[in-house]
Amino acid sequence: MEQLTTIGLNHYLTISAILLSLGLFAVMTRKNAIVVLMGVELILNAANINFLAFSKYNGGMEGVMFALFVIVIAAAEAAIALAIVINIFKIFKSVDVSSIDSMKE
Amino acid sequence: MSNPTYTFIFYLFAAITVFSAAFVVFTRNVIYSAFSLLFTFFGVAALYVFLSADFIAVTQVVVYVGGILVLLLFGVMFTNSIMQTGQKSEVTLIIPGTLLLAGMIGALLYTFYTTHGWMPSETTLQGSIVERIGFETMSRYVLPFEMVSILLLAALIGAAFLARFDKSGK
Repeated sequence: MEQLTTIGLNHYLTISAILLSLGLFAVMTRKNAIVVLMGVELILNAANINFLAFSKYNGGMEGVMFALFVIVIAAAEAAIALAIVINIFKIFKSVDVSSIDSMKE
Repeated sequence: MSNPTYTFIFYLFAAITVFSAAFVVFTRNVIYSAFSLLFTFFGVAALYVFLSADFIAVTQVVVYVGGILVLLLFGVMFTNSIMQTGQKSEVTLIIPGTLLLAGMIGALLYTFYTTHGWMPSETTLQGSIVERIGFETMSRYVLPFEMVSILLLAALIGAAFLARFDKSGK
C-alpha cells in the first residue's frame, strides 16, 4: 500500500513500459502507415517519460535536455514521414505497408 | 509526496494516458485513433508537470498537439477519401503482436519491481526549471541546440519539397 500511494520512480517507469509496448504493438500489427506512425510517436513519448523521470530523481538536467531534443527530432520525423506517406499514396493509391513491395513505379 | 490529492490526480492522468493509448492501438478506425492520440499527448504532458518539467510539458502540447497531431490528421484525410465512412486499418500478425505486447510489459515490470536498485538522489528537481533549461541550452548544449535547429530546418524544407504536387502532369 505504501508503494501504491507514494508516487515514485517505478510508477513513471510502469506507464512508460505500457506506452512502449502499445507503440510496438501498433507498429507490428497495423497495415495503415499512419497508424504505424502513431505507434512510433507513442514509443517516443514513452522514452521521454523515462528521460524526465530519471532526470527528476537524479537531480540533473541531462534528461530534460535530451527530452527537448527528442521532441524536436520527433517533429522532423513526423513531417518527413508524412511527406513520404503522401508520395506513396500518390504512386500506389494505398497506404497499406504490407502491399508496397516495389521501389519503383 | 504521499498527499492523497496528489496521488489521486497522478493516477487519474496515468489512467487517461494508458487507456487512450490503448484505444489508439486497438481501435480499427483511423480517425478515432488520431483523436484518441490527442488525449494521450495531454496525459503525457500532465505527467511531465508531475516530473517538474513544466517547460517540456508546454513544449509537448505545442509541438505534439499543435504540430504532429495536425500533420497526422492531414495525413489521414489526404490518404483516405473523406466520403468513405469506414476508414478501417487492416490488422496483420495479431498473435505475435499480442505475445510481444504481453511479454514486453511483463518482462519490463518484472525487472522494475524485483530489482531494488533505484537510489534517488537527495537533490531531486523541484519547482520550475525554465531558467536552468535556458542556462544549459546556452552553455553546455549550445552545439546540439544549433545542430538540431539546422536539422529541423533541413527536414521541414525536405518535407515540403517531397510533398508538393507535380508541376508536370495532372
